Amino acid sequence: MFSQFNRWQKILIPVISVILGLLVGAIVMLVSGYNPIEGYAALLSGSLGEGFYIGETVRQITPYIFAGLAVAFAFRTGLFNIGVEGQLLVGWVASVWVGLAFDLPKIIHLPMAVLAGAAAGALWAFVPGLLKAKLRVHEVIVTIMMNYIALHLCNYLVRYVISDEQNTTERVPESASLKSPFFETLTEFSTMHYGIFLALAAAIIYFVVLEKTTTGFELRSVGFNQHASEYAGMNVNRNIILSMVISGAFAGLGGAMEGLGTFGYGFIHGAFSGVGFDGIAVALLGGNVASGVILAAALFGILKQGALIMPLESGVPTELVEIVIAIIIFFVASSYIIAYLLQRLKKGAK
Amino acid sequence: MDVLSAFEILVKSMLFASAPLIFTALGGVFSERSGVVNIGLEGLMVIGAFAAVVFNITFASTLGGATPWVALLIAMIVGGLFSLLHAVASVSFRADQVVSGVAINFLALGLGVYLIKDWYGAGQTPKIPQPLYYERIPLLYDIPIIGPIFFNNYITSYLAIFVAIIAWFVLFKTPFGLRLRSVGEHPMAADTMGINVYKMRYIAVVLSGVFGGLGGGVYAQTITQDFSAGTITGQGFIALAAVIFGKWHPLGAMGAAMFFGLAQSLAIIGSSFPFLADVPNWILLSAPYILTILALAGFIGRADAPKANGQPYIKGSR
Repeated sequence: MFSQFNRWQKILIPVISVILGLLVGAIVMLVSGYNPIEGYAALLSGSLGEGFYIGETVRQITPYIFAGLAVAFAFRTGLFNIGVEGQLLVGWVASVWVGLAFDLPKIIHLPMAVLAGAAAGALWAFVPGLLKAKLRVHEVIVTIMMNYIALHLCNYLVRYVISDEQNTTERVPESASLKSPFFETLTEFSTMHYGIFLALAAAIIYFVVLEKTTTGFELRSVGFNQHASEYAGMNVNRNIILSMVISGAFAGLGGAMEGLGTFGYGFIHGAFSGVGFDGIAVALLGGNVASGVILAAALFGILKQGALIMPLESGVPTELVEIVIAIIIFFVASSYIIAYLLQRLKKGAK
Repeated sequence: MDVLSAFEILVKSMLFASAPLIFTALGGVFSERSGVVNIGLEGLMVIGAFAAVVFNITFASTLGGATPWVALLIAMIVGGLFSLLHAVASVSFRADQVVSGVAINFLALGLGVYLIKDWYGAGQTPKIPQPLYYERIPLLYDIPIIGPIFFNNYITSYLAIFVAIIAWFVLFKTPFGLRLRSVGEHPMAADTMGINVYKMRYIAVVLSGVFGGLGGGVYAQTITQDFSAGTITGQGFIALAAVIFGKWHPLGAMGAAMFFGLAQSLAIIGSSFPFLADVPNWILLSAPYILTILALAGFIGRADAPKANGQPYIKGSR
């Protein structure tokens, strides 16, 4: 998405977008009669002010890293995976299902449950990948539709298959849990779990696969120019499917973190959690590179966690952060105009 | 339950559930026919529902029975203004239209719920005092058997069908419609013929906001009767599915929206029909989405998007 911009623009555009987003947020607070400085101070202390909040923030960042990596991976191959939300959900339910269905030692059970999440997400993304590769059906619409199919299917599975007509499943046993007593005592009993290590490992895998392997080169090449890649002897269709599958696996892992770590069970969702859609913003803000995604996910984790505390401390409704995030997405999407203005500024300075 | 009363429930719930979808889908048809992808239909419905509910609560005591209708008008205006953001981003700023649509969805929900909390002190508004009601059409209602089934519904349901026919006429029988479609198929050719591509796209996107707002307003004033974060959950995306399943044609979109409305209501009331009792409700709830994927894949007639859909037009580029 940023390929037409030079290096400093690639860094400046996201930073300016974030500043503009926070600025609009401040204006909204002012207009509705709150003190923006108090509001943002409450947001910061609510996400980083105490050990408990830091733990919660890290827990919040974990799925964002996965969702961001999922969207970013597809972007790099020229695909728009807007279906992370659904892939995350099927990963969540699959991991909990495996967690509940087996009775195994932890060293086998936990990896199996985590991988089940990845496999479910991959499978869910395989469908749009296949349709794109074989029938040239646009992946955006298919992934949106798959989101809602996932929502209804997962709710059905939770209610009628995994549980006995309940709204939640049972808790996954210790042998399949990512919960961390160590982190919990360290952070005054927050819900922080081992998932963050898996998220960071996933970011490293993302970097290595995309930048250091032949497969990654092919995937990126297809993203730059399909025709040239085909002429060079690459199998474009295979790479499209592969990219969607890997992207879906990242998303499914994000779901497994929620299922095995944060919550430890599955439940009926009335609507989407929004993590998958936020993943689009995380990926764009992070410039679709691993380090950028981690930074952007950290920002979103801080915003989202701080937002929960904001109403208690300063009276500002939680949804202020949704507005800020929307504005950030809006400006990142309109990066052309920011780059244009930057160029004008530069010329004006000379 | 006898066949006739089963049929009556089916018809009524289909008309009831599909009216907001028809309006919103028509908005999607206008926008996408001009070449601007509109994932933001969901957000436009949200902001329409928000505007209608707040207006209804605030002005019910002064406007009385006219309140819901004026509220719909307000929802249309607010939706149109809100969609300007999408128009500016995707037409003037050359933004990725899908990403801009996602931003619209976030912003509408965030802003709506933020203001509700600020104004009403809770995440949910009180019930609206003046909702829309079933109304009997004079004379037609007196026809035996079919009268009570077809002519005792929300006025908005008839209005939706009527507006769909108007939209078809405008898009396919007027110079304005021809221009709008040409901008979505081949903007450069349209530009050479003297059509202002940017202006046409702005008009189309604002129309999608007007119709999306109307759809949201109708949904909130007939079905939920209040506003919260859970008022609009996916209806905008069902409308988007209807646009595609209806092959970007106003009447097709209307038919698809009616069918999807029926599927949605069957998921809720289906257990009272013996032939549907064994179908798991997730299949009925997912039917619009599954059918849309099948349609796109070419299993149910090929669905081809307008050629320039999703591409920003840059004057002077080849």
